Amino acid sequence: MGKLALKDEILLRVEKPARYIGNEVNAVVKDKENVSVRVAMCFPDVYEIGMSHLGIQILYDMFNQFEDVWCERVYSPWVDLDKIMREENIPLFALESQEPVKDMDFLAITLQYEMCYTNILQILDLSHIPLHAKDRSWEHPIVIGGGPCAYNPEPIAEFFDIFYIGEGETRYRELLDLYKECKKNGASRTEFLEKAAKLPGMYVPMFYQVEYKEDGTVLSMEPVQEGIPRTILKEVEMDVSNTFYPEKPVVPFIKVTQDRVVLEIQRGCIRGCRFCQAGQIYRPVRERSLDMLKKYAVKMLESTGQEEISLSSLSSSDYSKLPELIDFLIQECSGKKINISLPSLRIDAFSLDVMSKVQDVKKSSLTFAPEAGSQRLRNVINKGLTKEDILKGAALAFEGGWTRVKLYFMLGLPTENEEDIRGIGELSNQIAAVFYETVPKEKRVNGKVQIVASTSFFIPKPFTPFQWAAMCTKEEFLEKAYITRASIKEQLNQKSIKYNWHEADISVLEGVFARGDRKIAKVIEQAYRRGCIFDAWSEYFKNDIWMEAFEECDIDITFYTTRKRGMDEIFPWDFIDCGVSKDFLKREWEKALTETVSPNCRSACQGCGANRFGGGICFEKMV
Amino acid sequence: MKVRIKFAKSGAMRFIGHLDVMRFFQKAIRRAGIDVAYSEGFSPHQIMSFAAPLGVGLSSNGEYLDLEVKSHNGSEDMKRRLEEAMVEGIKVLHITMLEDGTKNAMASVAAAEYSVKFREGYAPDFDWPGRLAEFYQMPSILVKKKTKKGETELDLKSSIYRLWASGEGKDAIAHMVVNASSSGNIKPGLVMEAFLKNNGEELQEFALEITREETFTEAGAEDGHHFIPLDAVGKEF
Repeated sequence: MGKLALKDEILLRVEKPARYIGNEVNAVVKDKENVSVRVAMCFPDVYEIGMSHLGIQILYDMFNQFEDVWCERVYSPWVDLDKIMREENIPLFALESQEPVKDMDFLAITLQYEMCYTNILQILDLSHIPLHAKDRSWEHPIVIGGGPCAYNPEPIAEFFDIFYIGEGETRYRELLDLYKECKKNGASRTEFLEKAAKLPGMYVPMFYQVEYKEDGTVLSMEPVQEGIPRTILKEVEMDVSNTFYPEKPVVPFIKVTQDRVVLEIQRGCIRGCRFCQAGQIYRPVRERSLDMLKKYAVKMLESTGQEEISLSSLSSSDYSKLPELIDFLIQECSGKKINISLPSLRIDAFSLDVMSKVQDVKKSSLTFAPEAGSQRLRNVINKGLTKEDILKGAALAFEGGWTRVKLYFMLGLPTENEEDIRGIGELSNQIAAVFYETVPKEKRVNGKVQIVASTSFFIPKPFTPFQWAAMCTKEEFLEKAYITRASIKEQLNQKSIKYNWHEADISVLEGVFARGDRKIAKVIEQAYRRGCIFDAWSEYFKNDIWMEAFEECDIDITFYTTRKRGMDEIFPWDFIDCGVSKDFLKREWEKALTETVSPNCRSACQGCGANRFGGGICFEKMV
Repeated sequence: MKVRIKFAKSGAMRFIGHLDVMRFFQKAIRRAGIDVAYSEGFSPHQIMSFAAPLGVGLSSNGEYLDLEVKSHNGSEDMKRRLEEAMVEGIKVLHITMLEDGTKNAMASVAAAEYSVKFREGYAPDFDWPGRLAEFYQMPSILVKKKTKKGETELDLKSSIYRLWASGEGKDAIAHMVVNASSSGNIKPGLVMEAFLKNNGEELQEFALEITREETFTEAGAEDGHHFIPLDAVGKEF
């Protein structure tokens, strides 16, 4: 067996040493002498979070299928090990080989949410890689980032050599072949990056210059030399039924957040809710074939021995072959005592029937996501869920034996007024009332129905119709939360309703990073140097230090959050073509302001522009 | 039918705790396609029980788990399937069939044998192998044990069934057979701590490398203990 990077005394001192030893079932170990390219794939958060991410499992499997490549994993050391590694100068290592990340050819970092940005710096720092791309040499790996936050990479552009825009299945082979060729020909690192910048889907920040206007907004973003593309079109895997997918996902020893086999059944979503970035950037909607999913379900369960399988997509009820797939899974799984988990389902007769077959109805809860408390505001955000749908679904659920309901809402949506907010309390109350009307007293298992209403704070995201919206201030958010709470307290059935709301501070920061520009980079670095890491963890989030960092760097938070954008403003992310046109987003923004609903992709095409990829739902035969 | 699986744990797997070892075996048994029996009710689980938990950091050549199976193709087949589902650091050593009514693994545990080395750089200054027998001759070995109500004094002597040293210098090993039952379990570290204290030294953190060599059950005796390994209870199949 290979030697561990950390000696016993360290492993015995830290929490959950299993985070750092690798050796998991289905982890891939190759002979480093027999490969040409070594990749360290990184999720910049602790092991349990990183191991729950499907994207890394897909790319890990893809890279390791290439015979000349060995891909290993690396995650953020927890705070206890982080401290020891700095004290004892232990370089960050990948799990499979236990060897330093610095010795690899590529460090690929997935960017799933903005609050992990300081952890990116932690990873670079502990790997002994210069934080700034311009300071790196061939002694250091190529640092490449991908994932949803790469759609506005500007706040962290300074720290990356390359960003891969879009879906990872398509362009890595070419990039690695280019790398191998450049290395063979003795090209300089800059020469390699220059050639990479001309590959489709690749954004190499060093070849772009950003100029700002007096008012701080973007004047221009231009390539610094000929041949570098002005616009970068995202990569899309159009053949999702015939592409990389892991037959043997890595199985962690310790309990991780998502501890099950995950089947991604489709990409994209037909609904077009206006706050949702994923619904825009993953267009066009592409379903994986039933045959492929059945095949993978069986193989993945066999290779892992997992006790649960889950279907993943933005809106699983819209997958056209859902009934057949679920029938298949129930057949496969029930004899083998394998649980089936079905999140992201619309609540209707079909899904309730399915869920009663696979879940313990008494113990599980049903989730509705109205997002807004009034029909008016739901129309603004294009969330097509009506009060009738919700109450009807709730009634069916209560008849079927469910007693717990979760409701998700957002506060601070564009055009929101007090009536909309009070609607949250009223809707929660009406659902409770339906329970008491539907279920006679003697049949009430727990006595009461348990309704949990949760609100988060709305953050405008790039490439959504709401990217022009002004975000609320922290004080406005809290005021709205108080109104929600008061509204719930005055309902007849208030004893059946519990209310949870999110922290406002962290939402404000997320708002800055989501629509940030290159000027934000120094704030991130300053906060990191002053000790901020694991910002997504409430016990480690240090808002005071962040506020000081903004002051010290002379950056005004409100410029990024509460400022309303001009319709002609150039955004820091406009150089990316996410498949959906800016005109379409503008149209949707205007429709939102007039409370006009847009039908879904299957009902009536809205001309977003995604049909230029030549496939997916845009070309589905209308049945 | 109940089978008893003996396995070893070493290397990187020393850092996987007991609960995670259980979960590892649950998945391994599925991968191996073993026809394990499940409990009734709404959240069925595999009918499996482990003999004694092993602390994080220890290696072992004698761990046991009992498994209820509905059918099988002989022990060779079961061992081979399970071996294929293992990772480096966990090795299936032996599988035996238990007679109906055999006491379960956990309730059966009476004693365990440990071998203890000092980690490089942590060995005490004095000739400890020479002094070990002398220590064991003492009529009583008192230690302080922390309890919920504070501290009590405990006499280890009756819980240490054998204690001897082998080898010399930095290759010297302390061996012991101690009480490992759920009510009277003694950690080898406690024994070594008492031994060092008796010789004027403190036991440093991380000083010991401990291996559990075997887990025993009481074979029944009128005159003193007669320990047999847990896998001597069942039969080949």
